[in-house]
Amino acid sequence: MMPAPLAEVVSEFQEVADQDKLRLLLEFADELPPLPADLEQAAMEPVPECQSPLFLHVDSANPERVRLFFSAPAEAPTTRGFAAILAVGLDEQPATDILAVPDDFYSDLGLAALISPLRLRGMAAMLARIKRRLRSSEAPPGPAISAGA
Amino acid sequence: MPLPADPNPALTAYAHPERLVTADWLSGNLGRPGLAIVESDEDVLLYDTGHIPGAVKIDWHTDLNDPHIRDYINGAQFAELMDRKGISRDDTVVIYGDKSNWWAAYALWVFTLFGHPDVRLLDGGRDLWISNGRDTTLDVPTKQTPGYPVVERDDAAIRAFKDDVLANLGSAPLIDVRSPQEYTGERTHMPDYPEEGALRGGHIPTATSIPWAKAADDSGRFRGRAELDELYGFLKPDDKTIVYCRIGERSSHTWFVLTHLLGLPGVRNYDGSWTEWGNAVRVPVAVGPEPGGAPGAS
Repeated sequence: MMPAPLAEVVSEFQEVADQDKLRLLLEFADELPPLPADLEQAAMEPVPECQSPLFLHVDSANPERVRLFFSAPAEAPTTRGFAAILAVGLDEQPATDILAVPDDFYSDLGLAALISPLRLRGMAAMLARIKRRLRSSEAPPGPAISAGA
Repeated sequence: MPLPADPNPALTAYAHPERLVTADWLSGNLGRPGLAIVESDEDVLLYDTGHIPGAVKIDWHTDLNDPHIRDYINGAQFAELMDRKGISRDDTVVIYGDKSNWWAAYALWVFTLFGHPDVRLLDGGRDLWISNGRDTTLDVPTKQTPGYPVVERDDAAIRAFKDDVLANLGSAPLIDVRSPQEYTGERTHMPDYPEEGALRGGHIPTATSIPWAKAADDSGRFRGRAELDELYGFLKPDDKTIVYCRIGERSSHTWFVLTHLLGLPGVRNYDGSWTEWGNAVRVPVAVGPEPGGAPGAS
């Protein structure tokens, strides 16, 4: 299950032809919101799997309305574009809905033939880190008990 | 006819200064007939955010690699690409890109596989051009040219395969240009994506660790001749040096330095690199900071 705003982004990509997909991704990159003034990039979590610098902050104080913040330089428009897709699609969504997003949702964007697999992985890494943050803030205090593999 | 070389004194100490141009030279030659400018980036969107006037985009992944087999395109595909990008066989091609010219050097190396006679790098690449505040444009050239000849790729001179590396272990110098963590084996894959890294970490035995970035300064320009001589001075002119990284792009940068800036003949780039070696069955692997010896050597 995908939250409605993310499903909308995916269908937007599916509706355009290949070369226009890159143009659409660039439009997303241009629209990545700037960081709020009280967030320092230095205090954010780096995502080293992205080949260009990307910083991520997950605020799950209200699990019904998780806030996501991203920072990536203008010289890395693809990374910015990926971040913007997640910002548009998942910001302000409930934690349970974000955790339910399929890890490979990005394959539905149809970018695989246009972007090297290496770069697409950056998108998966961002989502994985967001989920990890949500899971760790969800965990009850005390020793973690694994339910087994 | 090739354009005259950039006479800038900053370049004259290099073995083949005609393989490099400065941003000043390129600015002064924009629009000149016989000059083709190519941007080749890691980031596929960067060209579309603005590029050097007249530059065409060539993507290392979608343009230069075969879509199915892990190999480069063939002579007919390269000729078709050149025609589509408006590049003639006798054009002087200047390539530049992001990340200190990693992908530009990789593209130059692929152009060299097809023997394109005059292909050069823009020193400092895209970042220096932009940070200098030089002209950029959003206009994408539409010029196409017919008749780039079909020249079959010649891999023998500058490309090494896994079997070449194995056959030369202990006799030809190997240079590993990856990060120290990749070299020692501390890092085998990227967190969360174990299936997409290499199954084994470390380096090819006997390989010397010289991260590619040591050959570039903070602006992305190549370091001067004296510094490069010091860095690679242990290599001898008749060495058949092989360089590698993860997929062959960072090592293209080092290949360019050794071949064109220091004038060492016979240097080859092993493009299979660690994504092949670290996944191959029964090849020797060394871990830790020492190069390690060739198997079977006493």
